[in-house]
Amino acid sequence: MNDLFSDIEDKGLEYVGASRIEGPLVVVDRVRDVGYDETVEIIDPSGNPRLGRVLDVSGKQAVIQVLEGTTGLATRTLRARFLGESFRLPVSRQMLGRVFDGLGRPADGGPPPLSADRRDVNGMPINPFARRYPREFIQTGLSAIDGMNALVRGQKLPVFSGNGLPHDRVSAQIIRQARLLEEQVEFSIVFAAMGIKHDVAEFFIRNFRESGALARAVMFFSLADAPSVERLLTPRVALTLAEHLAFDCGQHVLVLLTDMTNYCESLREVGTARGEIPGRKGYPGYLYSDLASLYERAGRIEGSPGSITQMAILTMPADDISHPVPDLTGYITEGQIVLDRDLFQRGIYPPIAGLPSLSRLMKDGVGKGFTREDHPILASQLFACYAYVKRVRGLADVIGEEELSLLDKQYLKFGEAFEGNFLNQGEYENRSIETTLEMGWDALSVLPREELHRVSDELLRRHYRSKPKAGVQDQSCAATQKV
Amino acid sequence: MIDVTESAGPVATRISGPIITASGMGDAQMYEVVQVGELGLVGEVVRIIGDLATIQVYEDTTMIKPGAKILCTGAPLSVSLGPGLVGNIYDGIQRPLPGIEAKSGAWIRRGEKVDALDNARRWTFEPLAAGGDTVGPGQVIGQVAETPLVTHKIMVPPDMSGTIRSIVEKGDYTLLDPVAVIETPAGAKEMTMLQRWPVRQPRPIRERLRIADPLITGQRIIDTFFPLGKGGAAAIPGGFGTGKTITQHQLAKWSDAEIIVFIGCGERGNEMTEVLREFPELEDPRSGRPLMERTILIANTSNMPVAAREVSIYTGITLAEYYRDMGLSVAVFADSTSRWAEALRELAARLEEMPAEEGFPASLPTRLAQFYERGGAVTTLAGERASVSIVGAVSPPGGDFSEPVTQHTRRFIRCFWALDTELANARHYPSIHWLHSYSEYAEDVKGWWEAGSPDWEELRTEALTLLQREDRLQQIVKLVGPDVLPDSQRLILFIAEILKDGFLAQSAFDENDMYCSPEKQVALLRLILSLYRRGRDLIQLGVPLAKIRGMDCVADVLRAKAAFGNKELYKVGELAKRLGDETHELEQQHVKGTSCYE
Repeated sequence: MNDLFSDIEDKGLEYVGASRIEGPLVVVDRVRDVGYDETVEIIDPSGNPRLGRVLDVSGKQAVIQVLEGTTGLATRTLRARFLGESFRLPVSRQMLGRVFDGLGRPADGGPPPLSADRRDVNGMPINPFARRYPREFIQTGLSAIDGMNALVRGQKLPVFSGNGLPHDRVSAQIIRQARLLEEQVEFSIVFAAMGIKHDVAEFFIRNFRESGALARAVMFFSLADAPSVERLLTPRVALTLAEHLAFDCGQHVLVLLTDMTNYCESLREVGTARGEIPGRKGYPGYLYSDLASLYERAGRIEGSPGSITQMAILTMPADDISHPVPDLTGYITEGQIVLDRDLFQRGIYPPIAGLPSLSRLMKDGVGKGFTREDHPILASQLFACYAYVKRVRGLADVIGEEELSLLDKQYLKFGEAFEGNFLNQGEYENRSIETTLEMGWDALSVLPREELHRVSDELLRRHYRSKPKAGVQDQSCAATQKV
Repeated sequence: MIDVTESAGPVATRISGPIITASGMGDAQMYEVVQVGELGLVGEVVRIIGDLATIQVYEDTTMIKPGAKILCTGAPLSVSLGPGLVGNIYDGIQRPLPGIEAKSGAWIRRGEKVDALDNARRWTFEPLAAGGDTVGPGQVIGQVAETPLVTHKIMVPPDMSGTIRSIVEKGDYTLLDPVAVIETPAGAKEMTMLQRWPVRQPRPIRERLRIADPLITGQRIIDTFFPLGKGGAAAIPGGFGTGKTITQHQLAKWSDAEIIVFIGCGERGNEMTEVLREFPELEDPRSGRPLMERTILIANTSNMPVAAREVSIYTGITLAEYYRDMGLSVAVFADSTSRWAEALRELAARLEEMPAEEGFPASLPTRLAQFYERGGAVTTLAGERASVSIVGAVSPPGGDFSEPVTQHTRRFIRCFWALDTELANARHYPSIHWLHSYSEYAEDVKGWWEAGSPDWEELRTEALTLLQREDRLQQIVKLVGPDVLPDSQRLILFIAEILKDGFLAQSAFDENDMYCSPEKQVALLRLILSLYRRGRDLIQLGVPLAKIRGMDCVADVLRAKAAFGNKELYKVGELAKRLGDETHELEQQHVKGTSCYE
């Protein structure tokens, strides 16, 4: 064990004193043989090492970002030791079931994991030519996701939420219930917490324990009271382990990153301290590339049995989906699950917004041979009808519900059925995909048959529930009432 | 005393992300390619101040140290041009991704060097010129069957002319074998099938031409309402989730260009993989051959180095120009130009340039103009008609079209396909909004359409007018509900609904619907508008709208787009006849009914 690290420790030249300390940055002058992105140990007055990395280096000086905060550092006494390599994480399968801090050091009192395999946490881009296109449907047991925004193995699907919305409960439920249709393969879970509160972390641990997932979960905690700059490495550390588990050990890994908004704020903090030219809302211009370097570390590789499925939770400041963090995320990820405050206040759980949520990979993971033949058409028709419901509700607000045409009233009824039965479900209710699809047809059957333009006659014959009583009359009226 | 700088040669003095400053670079040229350090990371000189040069590096610079050696190559960033490009997939600096995979596995290691074209492969060269012929730049001296769809012309490089001293017989040669010797004013020169061209420099042409032919894409809203001309430039702006990429894929699949260059610039890895897996299986609707046999892919995904993303656009357009010079029509799809602009911004910020709007460099409009102007309908140096059409996706932050990239792009394109979040939310695809989009090419391509369907412009205008009137009526409906409108206006709402569902919305996955031939487009539009015209007449006679809506043929009109294949146009004709019969019957009934009262 000691042999492994000894040569590295000898290598570092130690420099005493810094010319400048500013926010999370320390500038050390007259350095020699220092590389860009090299890892540095800054020894504070009490002799404890703090980790940092080189952001900019020239013959004259090195700019170091101190990951564990600059509190208590002094220009005169500070010592810096350059470790001769970029930031690395020892990876091993034995890390499952353990808890680490935001930089990958044990935080559960246990020993450091035994591993000779130390990986650069920045990773390397996956060659698009070597990727395998993800198409295996994951059943989450939530109708709003399975029915309309289906998740597939190897996808990156974030949850866009707001403060006070139950994103933690929803994501815990997804992790608890997620499984593939035919095989009973369990996911390993890599959990990276960035700047969240202790009780939120506690909530997830409790959930993993209850569902028996704790033994196959690895947790990296950089909680709200940890130095904010540390968070810049936390997701990288977590994804480095995930890549090892998935592509070296052949496991199916579900990575949960929460909360990405905190990560981006740390990035902004460092950018500002460096005096960079800011982009939108003060975030650095490279926010997109930086986020992509995280989110793109998901997927499948041809010839490898494992996979990385990513779920990033982010809270939209002021529920604004056009804020740079959700906006750039949405441009990189393969869709998004959007939580809706209005639904939440009406007591609907999970409050997954019907229209802005989207799964880009759904088209290739559902339908004949994957879930059921009628799935894509059903989803498309539900989206179309629910979009119309929104319009009718807008109209009803203006002219009053009584003034609506009969057909529009039926749409309102459909809206209620859709939200109240299809979307709404219990936190421990695990619906099979068949149940979800049947409930979808139940909701659609509130509408007259002619309204379902997107469904072929044949599918209608098989799935449309004709209502013998009032239905017939409703339909004939509807034909005259539309528009 | 030894001169240190002289003996040391150029070395790095400062490293900041993808930007390296180097000293001892007094002889460097602007945009010269250099290699950094022992790994030989590829970079490009972007600024020279005295002895110091700033280098933009295309690969990750982790652990590069001041003092790292810089090797100058003496040439600007260039691409290799020759048989073997079609069907290949490259990164932003033209390294073949399959070749990289063969060398370093599933992950892209930095410093990897792979030839863009396979120098060992033998191609069957067929001479088309003879010894003694006088040849000028761009003139064809032979050809190679690159794929069953593409005949690759071997051309005299643009900077060479003279007399052919000798040319080889028909036979198999590698890219490095000389195929001809040309007697030029500067002496005899050997010619191979391989050429190099600097990516930032447009390839020369003889003259630009007026655009007259449409680029048929098989997408109804594009071809019929907002057509793109061959040689034109279009932009597809849209917020995330509005279907930019799917629309681009649809266009790349079905456009009737002879070569497709698809540039995935800073986008998702899985999307490129999808193209890679799907294109070899899809058939070109015209030739029946796999689409990959006419496609070149450039993939610089969002997690690949940002400097290579900046240059990927130029790499793509240079390949396109090369095929254009063979007399072909080429279409370039860039997804997304916003990511490219962001790469410019990121690099400019690292160079500490003064920012203009939203942090973008002040040179953004110039760079956009330079890119879009490399498209066009032209006469090549060899005197043939050819074209490069460009379709650029734009990803405006927050879906806000007033941001700089969208605004500046609008100045240099003539066709604007605005994607709409509301339509996408209702899963109406392609979510191109009919009121916010425009095409200035409609006038240019009118002649082509009217040769086949003389009423094309009339139909188009009528449909667009109906959609506009519907939009105005919807404002009223929003305030007071639809019931107060007279039947004549409600008919417009009804027909607009049919236009949207039965004509504008088009499925990318339905076999009959994904590609719609121009003939079928006109037939469908004519069918829907005849329903409008007949309906209008009936309402004037006093027939209630409900009766018109209740006709049997209405549902079939709605589903006609997917019910009939492109080769079953006669069925649209039959449906049109049924429509005529049913409306006639309705009229008869009504006339009888009213006469009864009398």
